Parts: sequence; structure tokens; C-alpha cells
Amino acid sequence: MSKIANAFKNGKAFIPFFTAGDPNIEKTVEYALAMEEAGCDLIEIGIPFSDPMAEGVVIQDANVRALKQNTTTDDVFDAIKAIREKSDIPIVFLTYINPVFFYGYERFFKKCNDLGIDGIISPDLPYEEKGEIADIARKYDVDIISLIAPTSKERIQKIASEATGYIYVVSSLGVTGMRSEIKTDLNAIIKDIRDVTDLPLAVGFGINTPKQASEIGGIADGVIVGSAIVKIIEEHGENAAEPLKEYVSSMKKACNE
Amino acid sequence: MNNGRYGEYGGQYISETLMNELLYLEEQYHHYMNDPDFVEELNTLLKEYAGRPSLLYYAKRMTEDLGGAKIYLKREDLNHTGAHKINNVLGQVLLAKKMGKTRVIAETGAGQHGVATATAAALLDMECEVFMGEVDTKRQALNVYRMELLGAKVHSVKSGTKTLKDAVNDAFRDWIARVHDTNYVIGSTMGPHPFPMIVRDFQAVISAEARQQFLEIEGKLPTAVIACVGGGSNAMGAFYNFIEDDEVKLIGCEAGGKGVDTPYNAAALTNGKIGIFHGMKSIFNQGDYGQIAPVYSVSAGLDYPGVGPEHAYLRDTGRAEYVPINDEEAVEAFEYLSRMEGIIPAIESAHAVAHAMKIAPTMDKDDIIMICLSGRGDKDVRSIAEYRGVELNE
Ligand SMILES: Cc1ncc(COP(=O)(O)O)c(C=O)c1O
Repeated sequence: MSKIANAFKNGKAFIPFFTAGDPNIEKTVEYALAMEEAGCDLIEIGIPFSDPMAEGVVIQDANVRALKQNTTTDDVFDAIKAIREKSDIPIVFLTYINPVFFYGYERFFKKCNDLGIDGIISPDLPYEEKGEIADIARKYDVDIISLIAPTSKERIQKIASEATGYIYVVSSLGVTGMRSEIKTDLNAIIKDIRDVTDLPLAVGFGINTPKQASEIGGIADGVIVGSAIVKIIEEHGENAAEPLKEYVSSMKKACNE
Repeated sequence: MNNGRYGEYGGQYISETLMNELLYLEEQYHHYMNDPDFVEELNTLLKEYAGRPSLLYYAKRMTEDLGGAKIYLKREDLNHTGAHKINNVLGQVLLAKKMGKTRVIAETGAGQHGVATATAAALLDMECEVFMGEVDTKRQALNVYRMELLGAKVHSVKSGTKTLKDAVNDAFRDWIARVHDTNYVIGSTMGPHPFPMIVRDFQAVISAEARQQFLEIEGKLPTAVIACVGGGSNAMGAFYNFIEDDEVKLIGCEAGGKGVDTPYNAAALTNGKIGIFHGMKSIFNQGDYGQIAPVYSVSAGLDYPGVGPEHAYLRDTGRAEYVPINDEEAVEAFEYLSRMEGIIPAIESAHAVAHAMKIAPTMDKDDIIMICLSGRGDKDVRSIAEYRGVELNE
């Protein structure tokens, strides 16, 4: 069993996302460790991409900042290596598929295995195209995290039955970004998924306040927050460690209230 | 060639949120293409609104001047709105309407596809919003106003390189939030399946007509068909019904910009590598680590860092050949056709004209070249004047 299961053993999981290389790659290491210290259970780290199609402006801008620093896939691997010297918190990559394809699937996943990367989320690799990486990811013990959206409906059955690690339940239509209200009927989606699998379910897209976190914590196993984390980094630049810690610990607490 | 694959290219590399909508679109597309009423309605629009069939025009002065193969122009520039884009748009917007959608969105580079979409939306009473890179809104300001006149809302896209690829990104971002009432009317043979197939099928009218016209006029098929390639829709349309005719050479012309050995070009099939982007596996201009590269062309309509998957396949199988044409060659062809035939071509189409100018003199008088004249050049007059350093006063 991968380390991912551990992330869901400590009450409801809080899962922050941020883009590697924003504001620079040294800070990526520092911020990951700071958020672990503040009590997060798993970290999703974005590999920067020129055209993050599923992202709202906040995360788009983080990608731009990271690429301005010339952050490469190898730099991201170096940062993971540095994190791994101090921590074995579960880490999942969030990456568009082209940087992985370009790097070479075999080479990429072997490296993930060497560095203890536990999973990969690819927003442009739906169920139908999972074959691109399924065998290689399995060979190197990297879970492919499946996304299930409000529009997935009857697709839930096949996606959930083949899912590994945890399931990323997309809370809202649209791109990533902070939303004041989650309108989707998550209870219904979660019930449909539960009928198929016992994997942990983490909900993301739009969540940013402790109130939302505690609502989601009431119905799912984990809460994923991206844009709000990235916004803190955008505002505080190289001095974001303390505000990140404060936010993460308040959100971890809220998930379990 | 089904399941959206053309050899290893194509596919559906897109957000889960859009998957059911794409499957539904494909199902509805097949449903309506098998519905005689829909086909009849579309054909009536193509004939009575867009002005089809388009002429197959024998370019006599150009032929004599170049002194080789006989040159014909397939006059897509004469369609309503001035380009081949309307063929696809009438099909897609009518389909959206039948599917019960009330709103269409589109990306646009040169503005031609945006104008065509806004036109069809006006005609069919649909809400329309167009995404256009900020850079392109400046070089094609007239088309922005044209779209607004037609009742569309134009979004100036300020992310990334602020050109066509970024407009595509934002169109997908809009669609993913409004799948319930909106169809994305994509402008070229690109994106996730079923788009490359749908756009190709709607553009295939170009070669269906041309094949017939050649048999009637010349009693034989052309030796070569030449078309410019941005995402590849006019070229796919011009090639499609000749693919089985092995004797017909198919040649696509990419934007060579300031030269394919400089960083300033958009020649994906010459300089690109295989990758996965905008929903498809195909050939893309990309930098180290698979970041999509900024591209450049004098022509906003060819300024795209990739190519539709079926073209990548036609290249690999050797069925079609792709050549880069640089800015200077295209501008010269733009001027040449204007002077020789009294036809001002779109700067995109001028890339195809330029290649014909190169190969016609090397060919036999019995040979025939068809150039797909994908659009008219009114929209480009200002930027060509600028390119030539001519000042136009307001
Ligand atoms: C007149 C004209 N020709 C060609 C193109 C290129 O597109 P495609 O390769 O899809 O035909 C455009 C795009 O804007 C255009 O306006």
C-alpha cells in the first residue's frame, strides 16, 4: 500500500496544493515542510506548465511566476529530493500530461519512484486516455489519482472502480479558483462513488474558507485547497511560511469540526 | 480512423468535466448527420446564405506568367464572410441549436472564425462570445468591431502569449463552466475528438465540390492540391475527398515566419515534436521540458503552435507533404495575386499561393494545381502596408 493511505488516518485530511517554483524553487521546499509542520496530511505539488487550461487566474499566475524563474521538471524533482531528506509526507504531483510525455513516461515515473512521489493527478488525462501511463505508473508504484466531476454521472462507475490512491471529487463546474458557495449536490455524487469504492474521497475546486472546509469534512474524507494557498504565496512572496502555517492549521482544524 | 485516432494522433486529452459533453456532442453529431432534414437545412444554408458552391477559377494570367502547370483557385474567399470558416460554422452552430444550446463560444486568431461564428449566431439567434488574444485584437481591430456589430461579445485574452493558443485556452475555460447551455464552436481541425472529425467533415465540401468541378471542366483530377495550414481546416477540407486518389499530390503550407531556422515561425510540422495539448496528441512547437513555445507569423490565422492530428498522420504516412513558407514569400504572393488576377488573397492563403509560384514553373503544361484560396485579403491590407513600410492615414 502506498503512503497515500496514511494521509487519511489522522481524522479528515487537509490537502494543500501549490505550484512548484513560485516564488522560487528553494521556497517550494520550505513551504512544503512548513505546511507539513502545520498539520497537513498530503501535499499536491504542481509542475508548472505554459498553458494550464483547467486553471483559473490565481493558479495561472503562479505558473507564469514559476516559469519566469525557469523552473524545470528537473528542478521540481530536485526540490522533492530536498523535501524527502526531511519528510516522508505523502506527495502527489499535479501536472498536465505534456511535460510528462516530453520527459518520457519511463524516465518520469522511475524518478517519481526513486524520490518517493506517491501519486499523479493529470487534469487532461481522463479515464479514456489513462492507458498513456497506467502500466508504467503501476510498475513504479505511483497511484494515478482519478478526478470525478459534477458532470461525470454514469461515468462514476467505471472511473471509481479502477481508481487508486484517493479520488479527487471536483466540487464545481469550471476552472480552479476560490468560490463563495459550492452549489453542486456533493452528497449525491459521494453516495454514487461510495457505492463503488472504499477509497478515500477528497473534495477540491473552490474551497477556501474554514466554514466550507468543515462542511466538506462532514461528508468526505479530505479537503483539497489550491487557489487560496497560492494566493497566500502570491501575496507574501518569499515570506509566506508563517501565513501558510496559520492558514493550514486553521483549515486542518476546521475539516474535523 | 475511428475513436478519434489518426494513427497515434488525436484522442481526447481533456478535463473529466467535459468528457460527457464531448461524448454527447459526438452522439448528437452522428444523429443529425443521419437526419435528412438536418442535412437539407444545412445544405440550404450553405447554398443560399454562404453562396456555395464556390467557384473553381482558372487563373489564366498567373498560369501563363509562371509558364508551367495550369493553376486553378478554389474560391473560398467568395463565401459569405470571406473565408472557408463559414462552412464549418454553419454546421456547428446549427448543430448546437438542434442540441438545445442557447449560446456558442469560439476562439479566433485572424478574426475570420470569430466573424463567421458571430454571423451564424446572429442568423440562428444564438448568444455568442468570442475569445481573441490581445495581440490579435490589435492587428485585426476591424474584425473585432465586425464581431461586435454582429452582436457578439469579444473577450481580449491577456494570458500567455496573448494570441491564438491562449484564446483556445480561455474558450475551454469558459466552456467547462457552462457546458449545460453552451457549445464550443472550434475553428479548426484540432482539439479533442470529435472536433477534428466534425470540422473536417464540414470543410470536406471544399474537395467534394472541387473534385466534381475538375471532372466537369478538365475531365481529370488535379496533379496537386495546395492549401495553407494553421490548425488545418481549410487544408483538410481541400484534401479530404482526394485522399483516396493516389495520383493527386497533397501539399500543406505552414507559416515559416522569419525562417524555420529562427525562433520566429509557426511551422509545427517542420520544427515541432509530438506532444499532447489542447485535447489532442499531435505535433507541437515546444521548448525544453514540453512547455508550449511562443510562435510567430505575419499571419494571425497561422500563428498556432501545433497542427490538427489528421495532418500529423497524413505526414507520417507520406500521403501529404508539408512545406514552410516564410513571411516575405507570402507577402510577395499576396501582392502577386492581387496584381495578376485582381484577387487580393488572405495572407494565410497567400502561403499556398507562394508555394504554387515555386512549383508551377517546374511542372508540365498538362499538370494542374489547385490552390485553396481560403479567404480574401481585405482584413490584411493594413498589416501588409505596415510590413512594406507604407503609411496609411486615417
Ligand atoms: C483565410 C484563412 N485561411 C486559413 C486559416 C487557417 O486556419 P486553418 O488551417 O484551420 O484553415 C485562417 C485562420 O484564421 C484564415 O482566416
